[in-house]
Amino acid sequence: MKVRIKFRKYGVLKFIGHLDVMRFFQKMMRRAEIPIAFTGGYSPHMIMSFASPLGIGLTSDGEYVDIELTELIDSETAVRRMNAVTAEGIEILSFRQISEEKKATGMAIVAAADYLVSVRKGTMPDQWKEQFTEFLSQKEIRIVKQTKRSEQEVDIRPWIYQAEIRGEQIYLHLAAGSVQNLKPDLVMEAFCKFCGIQEETVVFSYHRLEMYAESSENKAESAERFVTLESLGEEICSEKC
Amino acid sequence: MRTLALSDDILLNIEKPARYIGGEVNSVMKDKSEVNIRFAMCFPDVYEIGMSHLGIQILYDMFNRREDVWCERVYSPWTDLDKVMREQHIPLFALESQDPIKTFDFLGITIQYEMCYTNILQVLELSQIPMHAKERTEEDPIVIGGGPCAYNPEPLAEFFDLFYIGEGETVYDELLDLYKQCKKEKKSRLEFLEMAAGVEGIYVPQFYEASYEEDGTLRDFRAVNPHAPETVKKQVVMDVTDAVYPMSPVVPYIKATQDRVVLEIQRGCIRGCRFCQAGMLYRPTRERDVEELKRYAKTMLKNTGHEEISLSSLSSSDYSKLQELVTFLIEEYHGKGVNISLPSLRIDAFSLDVMSKVQDVKKSSLTFAPEAGSQRMRNVINKGLTEEDILTGAGEAFEGGWSKVKLYFMLGLPWEEEEDMKEIARLSDRVARRYYEIPKEQRHGKCQITASSSFFVPKPFTPFQWAPMCTAEEYVRRAAIVKHEFQEQLNRKSLKYNWHDAEVTVLEGVFARGDRRIGQVIEEAYRLGCLYDSWTETFDNEKWMQAFENTGIDPEFYTLRERETSELLPWDFIEIGVTKKFLEREWQRAKDGVVTPNCREGCSGCGVATFGGGVCYESKN
Repeated sequence: MKVRIKFRKYGVLKFIGHLDVMRFFQKMMRRAEIPIAFTGGYSPHMIMSFASPLGIGLTSDGEYVDIELTELIDSETAVRRMNAVTAEGIEILSFRQISEEKKATGMAIVAAADYLVSVRKGTMPDQWKEQFTEFLSQKEIRIVKQTKRSEQEVDIRPWIYQAEIRGEQIYLHLAAGSVQNLKPDLVMEAFCKFCGIQEETVVFSYHRLEMYAESSENKAESAERFVTLESLGEEICSEKC
Repeated sequence: MRTLALSDDILLNIEKPARYIGGEVNSVMKDKSEVNIRFAMCFPDVYEIGMSHLGIQILYDMFNRREDVWCERVYSPWTDLDKVMREQHIPLFALESQDPIKTFDFLGITIQYEMCYTNILQVLELSQIPMHAKERTEEDPIVIGGGPCAYNPEPLAEFFDLFYIGEGETVYDELLDLYKQCKKEKKSRLEFLEMAAGVEGIYVPQFYEASYEEDGTLRDFRAVNPHAPETVKKQVVMDVTDAVYPMSPVVPYIKATQDRVVLEIQRGCIRGCRFCQAGMLYRPTRERDVEELKRYAKTMLKNTGHEEISLSSLSSSDYSKLQELVTFLIEEYHGKGVNISLPSLRIDAFSLDVMSKVQDVKKSSLTFAPEAGSQRMRNVINKGLTEEDILTGAGEAFEGGWSKVKLYFMLGLPWEEEEDMKEIARLSDRVARRYYEIPKEQRHGKCQITASSSFFVPKPFTPFQWAPMCTAEEYVRRAAIVKHEFQEQLNRKSLKYNWHDAEVTVLEGVFARGDRRIGQVIEEAYRLGCLYDSWTETFDNEKWMQAFENTGIDPEFYTLRERETSELLPWDFIEIGVTKKFLEREWQRAKDGVVTPNCREGCSGCGVATFGGGVCYESKN
């Protein structure tokens, strides 16, 4: 049986990188006695896959890890047990059963993510809000994307699905996942360049709000194009167990 | 939510910020207004190393069981943060509360190896605590040292207010109670130190004075404060089963060197190898009850969520209930995603059987520690391992499917001759030959024999405490002889030889048997920029040599000389239970190449029977 766990990463845990979050979850599963399935072989490991790694320095309200269970456990018990043995900085939000299909796990279906961006250090120019609107109204936003092997100029505008100013923060809804993945810092880098802000005079902090999959129902209608990863799972109630 | 001592800006621009944020699972938070004593426990090395140390976890747990004490942890900031803290005058802080160490009552430092001495000065300086005990005021924490290097505390004497000689579980409660009382009665720092000097096992270096002969040796060492005793007695836990043990050790976020549950099965070692300090210091051997250990294993795995459990002791094969314990662990956990790691096992039919169950035979390697290449040298060092033991063990292992073997040796042992050095290569070759005796169709390709040698460092309280060392050049020359001999061997293509750094060895030798005057060298080296000397990437021998020159201290006085048994040694005022007479007798037997039986074969009267327990009384129960 496959299960999707949604969690929040906040506070000092933003200094813990993705690999260590994975290790944290492995140990938490044991402490909480979650009946997680293992692979075979000489050094069996837990069947566990994270939707999308979160970099050091970022916080999030919508992180996901999919696991496989060997026996049923109800959502409420699982969440309670995990939260009892977690550390300050990781909170389990939900524990839901998902489809058994192989391609249904988090990693493969992530299509979008949204973020709140705040200024952590430095000050934005007075006209930044107007400039942001201008920035978005461009047909193309070309940036140099660095990969391991080469530099490549790409247009990131199509991958910004939605963006708006919320108070002093910026909301970004961006392409994510294995097909197209746009990191919010690339958008902000492009925006700073657009405003003529010198590199590193303004530093941002990023907070991930949620992760989404393409809605399977009606791809054409943009209103319901994305659904949260959480909504693809179902609560396991105690009667089932 | 806790506020961190470092800003996001600093934390996001240094390596592994998780080293400095605390808040790990099982770390202890208390309300500081509700405790009387705040204790900062320090391991003066980087977080991942310090977090792997069992002793600190034991004391952390023990102290925090007391309602009136909040014990927190602190480690050496890595060089990147060290620089930032100096530039921005940020005081060193404890991980849990993130409060500056200088506001604590105690700073306890565990001293596990000599090459961490400059890191101790770094911790003091970054904490903004005066480096010398004599310069500290009523505002400063009491700085206390413990651990194996505290058995010769003299090189560090100036930097510490107190040293705790022995196992922490015994008199710390008494010391903390005393401090609490002094604090309540508003007693001065000096008054507290004087009263602390009266606690058995506590050494207050500023209450003692050393004088020297013209040739540089110690003339006299005595107490100059009426409260200080002439000798300081090592503290031992006689009932290890009932001693506190941390059921919920702190689980780091980042991977520590020891990322597993550690089960200490016994303390001490029955073997009596003449080079081994731990083997003498932790006498008598005391075993923990096997039923209790099974219970610990279960509870600790559950509380930490670790995926591995490892047994810890100086010589696990000598634990009388080993078979029962290992069988239990395998039955309980094997195949359930918990790895079982079994270090320091003697290779025999039993250990090969259990290892084949818990390891991948093709990938893992087996380790032997013959320590010396020739039987003559093994008799000198009292390593009760014969060539037959090694070849039989290796043979059984090869037949069981293993093809990788590691061999550990020491070079520069007392009375070592060229033949003994060459035997390292020849013995390694004989192990390889044993492999190729197996019919070709039954073996898995070539074997890999990796021999490593470290250079011998004589340690206080061992029969070799009087032994001379070599110069760095001589060590390198000896390693070259061994290397050359390896190239002469029949199976040289299956053999590999590595050796340790000779310069670090010489320094270790100076500190291990150093006296009070060595303190200036450490301070000078630190001023010159030495830090993290146990790390090859940061060790700078030239600066150390400069420090010796600047202070006018000759390192060779401490290393090259064979000491007379009549010489007053800097650590003679400490009583570890093992008598100097016994060590002297062992030194003589070493010269004669005579082996001494282990504690279970027969008592050799080392003196620790006075503690009234452990292996000394096993057969008498």
